[in-house]
Amino acid sequence: MTPTRLRIHIHGWLLLLPAAVLLVAFTHYPAIATVIDSLFSTPRGLRPAVFVGMDNYRAMAEDPIFWQSLGNNVIYASCTIPLTIALALLMAVWVNGKIAGRPFLRMAFFTPTVLPMIAVANIWVFFYSPGYGLLDQILGLVGAPSHNWLGNEHTALACLIAVAIWKDAGFFMIFYLAALQQIPPHLGEAAALEGAGRWYFFRRVTFPLLMPTTLFVLINAVINSFRLVDHIIVMTRGGPDNATSLLLFYIYEVGFKFWDTAYAASLTVVLLVLLAVLALGQFIFLDRRIHYQ
Amino acid sequence: MNATRDTGRATAAIETLGAWLLALLWVLPLAYALWAAFHPSAYSAHFALDAPLTLDNFIRAWNAAPFARYFVNTFLLVTMILGAQLVLCTLAAYAFARFAFVGREIAFILVLLQLMIMPDVLIVENYRTMSALGIVDTIPSIGLPYMASAFGIFLLRQIFKTVPRELDEAARIEGAGPLQVLLKVYVPLARPIYIAYGLVSVSYHWNNFLWPLIITNSVNTRPLTVGLQIFASSDQGIDWSVITAATLMTSAPLLIAFLLFQRQFVQSFMRAGIR
Repeated sequence: MTPTRLRIHIHGWLLLLPAAVLLVAFTHYPAIATVIDSLFSTPRGLRPAVFVGMDNYRAMAEDPIFWQSLGNNVIYASCTIPLTIALALLMAVWVNGKIAGRPFLRMAFFTPTVLPMIAVANIWVFFYSPGYGLLDQILGLVGAPSHNWLGNEHTALACLIAVAIWKDAGFFMIFYLAALQQIPPHLGEAAALEGAGRWYFFRRVTFPLLMPTTLFVLINAVINSFRLVDHIIVMTRGGPDNATSLLLFYIYEVGFKFWDTAYAASLTVVLLVLLAVLALGQFIFLDRRIHYQ
Repeated sequence: MNATRDTGRATAAIETLGAWLLALLWVLPLAYALWAAFHPSAYSAHFALDAPLTLDNFIRAWNAAPFARYFVNTFLLVTMILGAQLVLCTLAAYAFARFAFVGREIAFILVLLQLMIMPDVLIVENYRTMSALGIVDTIPSIGLPYMASAFGIFLLRQIFKTVPRELDEAARIEGAGPLQVLLKVYVPLARPIYIAYGLVSVSYHWNNFLWPLIITNSVNTRPLTVGLQIFASSDQGIDWSVITAATLMTSAPLLIAFLLFQRQFVQSFMRAGIR
């Protein structure tokens, strides 16, 4: 190896080193340590951790709260992801077109993105309050009885889903807007001359061209549906009766309320595997259907 | 022909109406917060046009919890994270973009792994690491897991790769070393990306909650989000006026910056999202 070639290798690694150290320390090491810790017991007092094999996973299989959290998370994800993406796309098409009051619309849709989830969740708690809350006040106008939206296990999760959609749709709108602006306008003009309807054009031209953006947004939406539990901590604390406990919220409870770190590690392994499988699935499934410009 | 034009106009009107209804729904929480925060408690769930205006709720909220300290903490946290991210990501992105070192491809994949396995889900092990290091309940412990950001590295690498090699070589011929070339050629050309990344990072960490909640347990380290949650869930009962006032206070800097520099914000978030 010539000295110049060697210098390139050394310089490259030296430049990467500071970031690499932190990445290994706070991403790769903890990911591996999670797997290892899940095979041990939780150290308590003077008793150190001992190897227990699959015991934590066996306990998990019999833990109804785990299954409920997982089930809730699946419902939560399968409602928030498609609805958020559909709304984001609709917003972007509106804001990209010649609609009255475009600046206001864009601002209104995007504002939730810059507000802390923790702050807006407090406001949503008021909306859902029984009796004097905004939702009940509005429904009261048509004579509906008062309803404890967050306190009822049948409605609580739906309330949280609504908040999540409200928070993220405007954020994803931005990416669709950027992509829409890159579609040459003459495509639309040509289609209009040929007599193609707007919906037809959208379905056959716009939507396929937006596929890479949809993939990007989809990945982010999936991650968000497993990563963000701020609103749950503020609004329901997983209740009533675990009806709104999501996987990460349950990990937080087990790890930092009950301090059962080994069991929390096993739960984290499930979450990591889930994220990995979803990521792989998206790439394999969607990559084939994407039309690059 | 006229009939199609009429239906076209009708759909346009319906769409405009729909867009406006949705937009109003979207600003409703903020509108309510403004209403409740600037009116006396008696009007927090009672919407009368003649309700008197007041700043009393803000004063009460400010005095009820150490918000000044929380503001300082959040400010320190956000600055520290952004500063570290800019330096670390710039160096790493430069390496990935312009140095064909051994193991570059594998290293890059290992970096991108963080986009999927984010620090937000590794709370249990990262807490353990922080206690082993003896830095639980310090501001650096909140920021450390986020400083080497795969997202930042990826973004900067993309833009660095578009810098013409001729510029790079010209600077080298004039005797500049790798770091000087980076500072004189690459960094200035990537300015819009730095602004975009900076805005995204600041809003993310200003709003971040779960990890700070776990790793802090004193007034001197708690950021605004955690402070607000403790304030809103403790002895305030359900005084919506004070809670909304505190809510607005904590979001105000970002919200005002967003309203003033809307175009930059939107463009930044856009830039940060494009492949």
